Parts: sequence; structure tokens; C-alpha cells
Amino acid sequence: MESLSNRKKVLEQKPMTVTEKMYLPAIFNGLSITMRHFFKKKPTILYPEQKREFGREFRGLHVLRRDEQGRERCTACGLCAVACPAEAITMVAGERKKGEEHLYREEKYAVTYEINMLRCIFCGLCEEACPKEAVFLQNDKTAPPRFERDEFIYGKDRLVEPLERADSKENIKYRY
Amino acid sequence: MEIPALAIQALIILAIFGITLLIATYCTWAERRIAGFLQDRPGPNRVGPWGLGQPLADAVKLFFKEEFIPATANKWLFIAGPSLAMLTALMSSAVVPFGNTILSDEFGAIRIQGIEVNIGMLYIFGVVSLGVYGIMIGGWASNNKFSLLGAIRAASQNISYEIALGLSLIAVLMMTGTLSLREIALQQAEPLFGISGMNWNIFYQPLGFIIFLTCAFAETNRTPFDLPESEAELVGGYHTEYGSMKLGLYLFAEYVNIIVVSAVMSTLYFGGFNFPFQNEIGALLSSDPKVAHNIITVMGIGVFFLKIFAFIFFFMWVRWTLPRFRYDQLLNLGWKGLIPLSIINIILTGTAILLSEHFGW
Ligand code: SF4
Ligand code: SF4
Repeated sequence: MESLSNRKKVLEQKPMTVTEKMYLPAIFNGLSITMRHFFKKKPTILYPEQKREFGREFRGLHVLRRDEQGRERCTACGLCAVACPAEAITMVAGERKKGEEHLYREEKYAVTYEINMLRCIFCGLCEEACPKEAVFLQNDKTAPPRFERDEFIYGKDRLVEPLERADSKENIKYRY
Repeated sequence: MEIPALAIQALIILAIFGITLLIATYCTWAERRIAGFLQDRPGPNRVGPWGLGQPLADAVKLFFKEEFIPATANKWLFIAGPSLAMLTALMSSAVVPFGNTILSDEFGAIRIQGIEVNIGMLYIFGVVSLGVYGIMIGGWASNNKFSLLGAIRAASQNISYEIALGLSLIAVLMMTGTLSLREIALQQAEPLFGISGMNWNIFYQPLGFIIFLTCAFAETNRTPFDLPESEAELVGGYHTEYGSMKLGLYLFAEYVNIIVVSAVMSTLYFGGFNFPFQNEIGALLSSDPKVAHNIITVMGIGVFFLKIFAFIFFFMWVRWTLPRFRYDQLLNLGWKGLIPLSIINIILTGTAILLSEHFGW
């Protein structure tokens, strides 16, 4: 059929030349190419032993930050949960009792705070939504693989930033 | 033969059997590692150091799979297929001379070889051509059109290439004048240009070797001639319906075949268990001719295995380099290319022999 655009190219299948028919030159060519690759350095990163460097902007595992005096910043306002497109965050709010001022900065705090890392898409919207600068996505940690689904629901024990003090309870439970 | 001699023979046969199987096992590992390296990745490296436990893991996996036989399959033939493939593959290693003789005072000369027959080459041909029955029967018994197509392809391919294989060999036989593999290997121990153990047939038969090599690829169903399997179009070809260790036997038989073909090629063209400067090295290591002979034999066994490994590597290297031939190309190459070429080779060799006799070279 006549081509409209005039850009049609008719490819002719030329009969093979004698050297092509012998196959051998082409085979040696191919063999030398693959041999070069045999001795090349492999770009594979052997994952559990070696890890790829994360970029500065990498959005990894969440952390609930404390303020300068070691108090939890989160006030359980729920804005992060509302912002979350994946419905990954749940929390239960509680009122701060007398004598707990050194633990929680605001009068209302999160009794439980859970992020389901299987639901999370690591978009970082929770971080943007938080008015108290409490939740952040770290650029150097990821959720490691687990056998059970339950273990991907990270509670406060694994989310809250550990205290500086070595003897603090959170420090012991904080595993990742 | 007396009892001790028989026992030694049995030991050698067992050792050859075990070593062949061991090498075949590690071929599966080597194949995947080499494939990985040729494709810029490390290949299986998790099970044990460098992934050396991988064949064991694979075997365990295959053994624990369900032994499945399709309802419409012919049960006995279905089982006979892989058994026959494995049997014929292993049988052919019996006549390969893995080493020269070990001289001992009590038992005389012990040959490092399963059995020495003066028609070793014919024996190998006979057994190898039986090998296609394993594939044929398996493909037929599966009662599956893809299996049948694969089996038919295997049959016609093997038959076509056996002709060229035999013809390319005739040139070697004309030169050596014997069908015994041991004789052929021993003839190559002569010095060439003053280097002992270098009188390899490859220097007289380069064309014949290339033809033999090509046919060997076709006979072992390796890429570029792996049409009986052709994953892409025949979903596995003759072993589509096979699973578990029956599939394992088919895959295993392929590797055993490669080992045998490599051994035959090293014997026929690359001096077998001879290596350059062998007499000088032997004389250097021991002044007693008997001890020197034994040392050379042991070293020769190692060299022979090195040659086999080199060929196995070459097989794998080619597999991960070349694409598959089309079926018409395959048959064209076999009938119109290799068979005439090997006939020309015979004529050339015959002329050379006549001339050399005439001029007394
Ligand atoms: S990163 Fe995105 S998906 Fe994950 S918890 Fe925060 S808002 Fe939800
Ligand atoms: S993390 Fe921030 S946004 Fe989420 S509940 Fe706590 S204070 Fe509110």
C-alpha cells in the first residue's frame, strides 16, 4: 500500500553473505562479548550484607520525636491520620495526669499510636500535616522484612524516639 | 581375571560412576553461576560458601515434589523415559579412558578406565543414539502435543546430526586406524616438534573438530540447538509434563551427556590424558621409570578432568551467548552444511594420508 507520510521504509532481507553463512565469525564475536562481561565487576548489591546508600530525601521508617526536654511532642490531634491517604495511622488519645509533665509536652497525648507499615505508602503526608513536628520519616531506616503481618504494625514502643538516657524503658524496647 | 583384579575394576567403575554424577551435580550449579557472571550478576551464592550447597538444595526440592503422572499418560513408558535417558547417559562413560595405566608389582598394569573395548567409539555411538529413545518415549508417553513436538524435533535433530558426527569421526579413524579410545589417546602421546605428549589430533583435524563440536552441541540438545526443549514455544518440549525427580533425571542426563561428550572430545582431539612435556616432567620427578610412569598417569588424570571442565565451561559459555536456531536453519546446517563439509574433510584427510605415505613424511 502507498504510504501517506512517505516515511515508510521497506526493509529488504538480503541473502546472507558467505561469512555470515559460516556463522563462526559472528559466534566468536558474541563469545568474546560475553567473556568480557564474565570478568566485569558485578553491579549487584548483596542486600542483607551490603546496603544501598539512601538519598537525603529518602522517606523511610517513621519516628515520633521528643522535644529538648525529652517529652513526647505528639498531642494526638489526629491530623496525621486524617492526612494519611493509606489509612495507616490509628491512635487513642489520653489526658495527661499530674506528675506526667516530664513525659508529655501537651495536656493531651497519644496513649497508643500505631502505624501499619504494610498499608503505609511512605508518602510523607503525615509529616507535613503534623502541627507539633512530632512525626517524621527517617532517611536512614526501613521496615525490615518479617514473617508475621502483626509485626508490621508499629506501636509507640518502636516509633517513639528513644531517650538519651541508657536506662530508660523506651530505650530497651526500641529495637529498630 | 582373578578376584583382586576384578575388585579393582569394580572400584574404578564405581569411582567413575560417582565422579560423573558428582560433576553433573555441580554442573547445575556451575551453569547458573556462569550464566549469572555472563549476565553481570552473581548467580546463586546463598547456600553455603559461593552457593556450593545449591545442588543439594535443588535435589531436596526435587525429591520432595509430588510424583505426578498425568491421567492420560502411559504410566510405564512415562517412567521409562527419564530412566532410559539417565541410563544411556551414564553407560557411555564406561569406555572413556580417564587415565593411562598404573603399574604395580602385584596386579600388573591397571587401566584407569571402566572397560577397555577395541570398539569404544562404536560403543559410544550406539549408546548415545539410544539416548534419543529416552526423550522420544518420554515425549510420546506424556500424551501432550507440545511434548510430542519436542520429542519429534529431538529425534530428527539427533538423527540428522549423528550422520555428520560419524562422518567427522571417520577422518580421525582414518588417521589413527583404531576404534579404541585408549589407543587413540595413546597415539597422541607422541612428541610433536620435540614436545612430548603434544601430538594432538586437533592439529591435524581442525575442520573435523569444529564439525564434531557443532554436532556435539546438537546431540546434547544444548543451545543453540536446544529445539527439543525450547521453553519459549514448546513450554519445555519433551519434559513439559514431567515434574519432581523425573524432570530432575532428564536435566541431569543432559549434564552427564555433556560430560561424556566433553571427555570424548578431549580424547579424540585434545590428547586425552596426555599433556605437554609429560616425559620430561616424569623424568624430572623420579628416576625410576615405573614411578615416573605412575606419577604421569596421576597427573594425566587431573589434566584430563581439566580438559573436561574446560569443555563444560565452553558448553555453558555458548549456551548463554547464542540464541536458538530456527528449525529449518538447524536442518539446513546439518544436511547442507555439516555433512558435505565432513565428506570434504574425509577426502582431504585421505589425500593427506596417501601423499604422506607416498612421500614418506
Ligand atoms: S507516610 Fe503517608 S501513608 Fe505512611 S503513614 Fe504517613 S501519611 Fe500515611
Ligand atoms: S503525630 Fe502530629 S499530627 Fe499526628 S497526632 Fe501527633 S501531633 Fe497530631
